[in-house]
Amino acid sequence: MKVSFNINGEQKTVEVSDGNSPLLWAIRDGVGLKGTKFGCGKAACGACTIHVDGNAVRSCSFPVRMAEGKEITTIEGLSNDGVLHPVQQAWMDEVVPQCGYCQPGFMMATAAMLDKIPNPTDEDIDNNIINVCRCGTYYRMRKAIHRAAELNTKKNNSESTQ
Amino acid sequence: MKKNTILFTMITFLLIGIITIGSSFSDNDFAIDQENNPLTAPHFDENESKAAFDKMMTVLEHKRCVNCHPSGAIPRQGEDSHLHNFDVKRGEAGQGLAAYSCNTCHSDQNNDYSGVPGAPHWSLAPEEMAWEGKTRIEIATQMMDSKRNGGRSHEDIMHHLTEHELVLWAWNPGVDAEGNPREKPPVPKDEYIQAVKQWIELGAVIPSE
Ligand code: FES
Ligand code: FES
Repeated sequence: MKVSFNINGEQKTVEVSDGNSPLLWAIRDGVGLKGTKFGCGKAACGACTIHVDGNAVRSCSFPVRMAEGKEITTIEGLSNDGVLHPVQQAWMDEVVPQCGYCQPGFMMATAAMLDKIPNPTDEDIDNNIINVCRCGTYYRMRKAIHRAAELNTKKNNSESTQ
Repeated sequence: MKKNTILFTMITFLLIGIITIGSSFSDNDFAIDQENNPLTAPHFDENESKAAFDKMMTVLEHKRCVNCHPSGAIPRQGEDSHLHNFDVKRGEAGQGLAAYSCNTCHSDQNNDYSGVPGAPHWSLAPEEMAWEGKTRIEIATQMMDSKRNGGRSHEDIMHHLTEHELVLWAWNPGVDAEGNPREKPPVPKDEYIQAVKQWIELGAVIPSE
């Protein structure tokens, strides 16, 4: 079957033999975007987190057939015209990654959270960002999430006064 | 002449009967009599009702149902009904949290690739419908109490229990993350559906023990 979706602003169609196969495979092998990572394949680690219509989903557990007509954003599409997303900027400011493998998933989960909870408390972070980092960068991530929230608020304020 | 007298007497009795019934029961009374006092219904068979109840409750008490009717803020999962991994929470609407909802991982069908179960409307039952740790009589009492069941009538409950895709998922529970099939309820689906209908048709009588 053919599945068409918009990914990072571009219209793409992938051909799959099984509509239930993971969207992650279509993104990595069909579209060729390798930023989204395969960790566990069991919806347990969050390394494969992307946005579908603005919501964080774990693409290893998202059937590709459900992507038909949807708006998909991956880590490659998080920045806008070369301008870093506040989450990307905060991640650099706080030098979060160690090996880096889990980080795209964390950043996508964080970006989705900030859309819904612009100023998250530590408890909001604990409840909503439950991805796994084997290198244990959680402490730096927490700082980066608060920093991203600040940057995001500043960005939104300056956009609304323009 | 004799024939006419008999006919007249019959009509008189019939009219008196109709008037008497009409004045003793309003529509409401009749509905309450049917719904709340089924023991008085002529077709009520206590053994039949109890057997249907037990068959239905054997399903409703099964982990495939109770795991998503937890007593706390965290769903249960697996054959041992452990707390859902990853600190997953109920959230306000029973669909998880703002940025981490049930649909972050669960879709409208079982996913054999990831082993994540799925069905339409995947979500938790509301807290008033917590079944975990309750007896079958407590579960049934709660389920049929319109103050706690979202104002559902017996018929609404019957439709929910026998037609809702999420309820019927219990007989199509897919495989777990290791590829092992999940256990189904111990009663076949058709028998369960028949038992629910029969129990409700017989007045939804909850046995005393
Ligand atoms: S790879 Fe999808 S959650 Fe781990
Ligand atoms: S940075 Fe290595 S797994 Fe998270």
